[in-house]
Formats: sequence, structure tokens, C-alpha cells
Amino acid sequence: MQWQALSDVFHAVLFMGGLGLLLSLLLAIANRRLWVFEDPRIDQVEEMLPHANCGACGTAGCRPFAEALVRGDLNPALCTVNPPDENLRIARFLGVEAVHVERRVARLACAGGIHVARMRAHYEGIGSCRAAALVGGGPKRCAWGCLGLADCETVCDFDAISMNGFGLPVVDAERCTACGDCVEVCPKDLFSLEPVSHRLWVACRNRLDGDEAEADCEVACTACERCVKDSPEGLIEIRDHLAVIDYRKNRLASPVAVQRCPTGAIVWLDQVKGSIRGREAKPIVRREPLPLEPLALGSGEEARGHRDAM
Amino acid sequence: MILSFLRGHTFSHGVRVAHHKEQTASRPIRRLPFPERLILPLDPHIGKPAVPLVRRGQEVVRGEPIARADGWMSLPIHAPATGRVVALEPMPTPRGPRRPAIVLEVDPADTQEMGWGEPRDPLAMDRETLIAAIQESGLAGLGGAAFPTHVKLSVPPEQRVDTLLINGCECEPYLTCDHRIMLEQTDDLVTGIRIAMRATGVQEAVIGVENNKPDAVAAIRAGLREEDPIRVVVVESKYPQGAEKMLIKAALGREVPPGGIPAQVGVVVNNVGTMAALGHLLPRGEGLVERVITVAGPAVRRPGNYRVALGTPIEFILRHCGFEGKMGEFILGGPMMGSAVSAVETPITKGTSGVLMLHEREIEAESRPAEHCIRCGRCVEACPMHLNPCELGWLARKREYDTMAERFHLMDCFECGCCSFVCPASIPLVQYFRIAKSILREQAA
Repeated sequence: MQWQALSDVFHAVLFMGGLGLLLSLLLAIANRRLWVFEDPRIDQVEEMLPHANCGACGTAGCRPFAEALVRGDLNPALCTVNPPDENLRIARFLGVEAVHVERRVARLACAGGIHVARMRAHYEGIGSCRAAALVGGGPKRCAWGCLGLADCETVCDFDAISMNGFGLPVVDAERCTACGDCVEVCPKDLFSLEPVSHRLWVACRNRLDGDEAEADCEVACTACERCVKDSPEGLIEIRDHLAVIDYRKNRLASPVAVQRCPTGAIVWLDQVKGSIRGREAKPIVRREPLPLEPLALGSGEEARGHRDAM
Repeated sequence: MILSFLRGHTFSHGVRVAHHKEQTASRPIRRLPFPERLILPLDPHIGKPAVPLVRRGQEVVRGEPIARADGWMSLPIHAPATGRVVALEPMPTPRGPRRPAIVLEVDPADTQEMGWGEPRDPLAMDRETLIAAIQESGLAGLGGAAFPTHVKLSVPPEQRVDTLLINGCECEPYLTCDHRIMLEQTDDLVTGIRIAMRATGVQEAVIGVENNKPDAVAAIRAGLREEDPIRVVVVESKYPQGAEKMLIKAALGREVPPGGIPAQVGVVVNNVGTMAALGHLLPRGEGLVERVITVAGPAVRRPGNYRVALGTPIEFILRHCGFEGKMGEFILGGPMMGSAVSAVETPITKGTSGVLMLHEREIEAESRPAEHCIRCGRCVEACPMHLNPCELGWLARKREYDTMAERFHLMDCFECGCCSFVCPASIPLVQYFRIAKSILREQAA
């Protein structure tokens, strides 16, 4: 009886072991017969990439980028996350010429925090700029301004964006890799990727002019044209009641253009001091949010009198 | 089939909402005076914006075209009042962002008389002339979407359309303007339907009316002639009965395929307000310059149905109808699908069916913080498109918008809001879907 049981075990082991051997043999043959040659450099290049899979280079991730690099379709300098010397190493490894691509950072074209930009309504709902923008364009009076609900902060994979006390996103230029996620997510299209050498900057998108723009926001561009007059010809022009800088003439740019701006909508960006407003820009002393004005409609009684008269 | 006789014609799923229609249903349509300034966005309709024909300072007569259509998917704009063009600049619109608009300063001595238009017989025209005349009238769907009516009525020959379905459901709570139009403008409505039948070449027209408006059904039946191939179908009062696809299912028993349009099942759907306007404008050769809106809600002092000039700012309506409280919420359209506005200078456009005013306390009573989904499945039972809002909501939070569209038919969602309405955890589902759809549309563009 015992022998019988042992023999059963023996048979089972023999059968399963045999099956295992047979299948592994099949796998071994398949591995040989179905083997595809892949350039070993792809793996090596991928190792040298940052594994951020951010898509800033234009491909779907680091692996497709490595493949494109090895094929010679793209240049290593397109990776904005890697430090330049790392990209240079990849270029040397692949024997291609390293192209110099200027570092770019995300910049916000709005300076209207809650202490200077007026609200026209109180928004209650999903805490997302996208959602707020779908409700009548958002609660801000300025229809082009930053809604301050931090969609960009949420979407940034590199923790480069943080919201300041006035509800405006601040970009940490050191951490920003110019991947473009914030550009895509902003419902007001306020972000753009700018080369760091573009230091003259219009931090406004308000397309109204004069007092109307200033009633929306104290730091709005009022289209007064002073910056146009103070800068070399053709550098700045007014388009749709907004100062627009022609960055093809960027080498003509200087801090002179910002000096007479009455609202400080045009700024000079300094690497150390941050954004510098002009001397004549009105000072911003308020730190607390602007109050929401109640409706000035009256009770409707005068309107009734008007109708009875009709 | 037997059950459908017992229950009345309807669709599956959907929700039952409190109607709140008693506030305005018995109030006849009254005219509102002209405001001091009219704001006329160049794109009150879906499609390409109109091209302005006027310049700053120019004087215009009520009914005069002030902007022309830019191609086929576009509509002209007519001056709703005699006055002077004071500006062409970006102004707030019901859809949100500021858009280019013509600002008209109304002449204080203006009357309601139309200074433009040649009477003619639309039923004697051939189809092409008729369609062109409808485009010239600037008519867009007055139910809310503001889709150009001439595009809807010109059916390509390869699509065999046999029925014109007229939407008289008005399933949104509070709104009663379509109800009043059916009662007061029955002749215009029937004329409009005859014109639309001629333009589309269909043999039969069906008017779907919810069973909470028996007086409207009686009025239309009385207004029809024996030989008219038009019949009224009474459908159940249920939200969103007035949605195009739901009404087709309820009144005709046909189902529009996912992502399809009603013409694929041989139907063209139009709103009663649009048909009444068609019947009023075409024989006179006039353009669309005014519409009927319902002004209702707990915070309004003099609720009712008003005929207002297009471009009238809400501020004027608030002042005229009286508003209680210092702050509140104003919704353009109905409470289910309408959108809250944040600027009181937002104008009434072709697609605005009502202004709803709420107090602060009603808003506070409604706004509860969202809690966790308990997977009760009520949203699944409510969704009239038979989608899975629960799953879609999970994906929306994870920003998996592509998966939502590819695997869960997000694009079939027409944002009726049933899911958010029934959710016991007050999760803002439809709002999530609107975000997702806006991002997907942007990516596709």
C-alpha cells in the first residue's frame, strides 16, 4: 500500500518535471527563433535620460525618445529635464553634434492676484480653474485673468509651481523643465514657454483699455502706449489693446521700456530680484483681498414706476 | 407596450424633479421696455460669428440687419431696437468668456414697430428660397442650444427624414415660456410647423408635450385643421424629457445610435418656440429681434413670462422684475442645465430661455461638500443615456479623459445633470464631465 502511494508520487513528479522540461525547451527555441535585434545603445541611452516621461521633447516618453535619438531623428538637447552636460554626454556617446537649445521656462501672463484684481461673483464648486471657467468664465471681473484655483500646480510633475498668498501660481525656474503641462491645462491660456533670455515681459492679457481695464484689475495693461514710445521701434506694439513684444527683436530689449508703465503690467525679469516693475508704476500697498461688491440694483421699485408710466 | 399605455409615452431612466412651474405658468407673456443699452454678441448661435455691417456711430432701425452671416453655418443679426451703435468690443456672454459684440444705444423714443421687412408667402416658395429666407431671418433654436434653424431644416437628400418632431416638453423646472407660447401663439406655431414641413419635405409632424400641460395640448389641438398631417403626442412629465433623443424615444419609439443625430432615424427635432418664431417672422419677412423668457425663482418679486429684446442685459431684467437681497445667484436657462452667470451685464441671447434668481440661503441649502462615492448606483439608474456616471466620475478624478471617451462613451453625455441630482454623496459628477469634455474638445482642436 505504501509502495503504491510512493509510486503515485513518483509518477506525478516525473510527469510534471517532464512537462516543465518540454515547455522550457519550447521557450528556449522560441527565444532563439523569434529573437529581434534591438540596438543595445537604446537601453544605454535610456539609462542616461532622466526617466521623467514628461513628453517635453515631443515624444511619448523617455524610451521613444531614446529610440529616436539612436535612429538620429532627434537631438539630445531637446531633453529639457536633463542638465546640459548630461545631454552633451549622450551626444558624445552617440557621436552626434550637440546643439545648443536655450533653456525655457513656463511664464504666466497675469499678475492679477486677489489683492489687485476685482471679483464680480463668488464661486462655489469644484476647486478647479477648468470648472470655474465653465461657469460664466469664472468669478474674476477680468475675463482673461488667472482664476487662481491651482490646476497648474496640480498638473506639474516637477513641483515647480506653487500658489502664492494672492492666488497666483509662482514658477520655480530652477525646477521648471518646460514640459508644457501647465500650458495645456490652463483654461485661460496664460502660460507659455519662454527662453530665459526673454526678460521683458507683459504680465497681462486684458483686452480692454484705459479705465475699463484698470477697473477690472489694478495691474492691467491699459494700452497707454508708453512702453511702445520708450522702446526701440518695432520692439513693442499695441495689439487688441494689449502691449505685445516682438521677441525676434529681443536684443533691443532693455529695462527702459518698463519705467513709465503706470500700472506695472510690463516688467523686467531679473534672475535674482524677480520681476521688476517700473519706477512710475503705482505702488501696491494692499495685502488683503479686495472685497466683493454687493449688487447695486435697488429694490426694483423705481423700475416699477417706470413701467407704470409706459 | 401595454405598460407604456398605462404610464404614458416616455423613455427609460431619468429623474422626477419638482416642477415649480405654478409661479409663472398662468402669467401671460408681457413685453418688457427697451433697456438703455443692448449688447449683441456676434455669435449668439452655434457656428461662425456674424460679420458686422455697421460702424461705430451709425444709426440703425429696429429690424435692420446689422451683421451678415459668414457662410452656411452662421446667421445674420438684426437690430432689436432703433438706436445708435456705440461700440464694437468684447462683452460678457452667457457662455462665459468675453466675445466681440455690437453695443447699441437705444433711442428713448423708439416704439415696438418694425422698420424693416417685406410681407410674403413662405408656403409659395421653393425649398431653396425658403431655406435661404430662414437663414436671413437669423433664426436659431430658441430652446437653448441656438443651433441655426436653416441648417437643421435642410436635410441632405441621402437621409430619408419622414417626421418633423416639435419639442413642447419644457422639462426644466421653473420655465414656462414654451408653455405660454403654445397657449398664446398657437396660430404662429402651426404656421411655423407648416413652413418647416415644406422646408424639410416631410409628410408628418408630431408635437410632443408633457402631460403637465393639458391646456397647451387642448389649445394646439383646437388650432389644427382636420387635413393637417400634424398630431400631438402627450408624453410623461419626467426630466430630461425635452432632450432631443429622449423625446424621439418617447414620442416615436425610435432610438438614435450613439454619437448619431436624429436624421439617422428619420427625424428632425425643433423647439415650439423656434417654430412659433418661424411662423411669425417668415410671412412678415422680418428678422429675429426678440424672444420670450421666463423670469422666475424664489428671489424674484414680479415673476412672469416676458418678451424681451435680444441683447437686454440681465441687470435690466433684475431691476425691472425686482430682486430680493444683496447677493444671490442668477442662472440663465433652467436650474438643471442652465449656467450661472457671474456678470450682471450679460445679455439675453437667442438661446436664453429664462432667468432664474435664487437667494443666498437657497444656494447654501444646496451646496453640500462632496463626500465619498458609496457605489450605490443611483446615477447609473438615472442616466438617460445609459452611461455609467459612477465609473466616469472615478476616471475624471484621475484625469483619465481618453479612457472616459474611448471606453465609457463620455461624448454621448449631454450634460443633463441627472447624475449629480441623484447622487446622495453630492459628488459634482456632471461638472467633472464638463471639464473632461472641454479638455478633450481642446485636444481634438
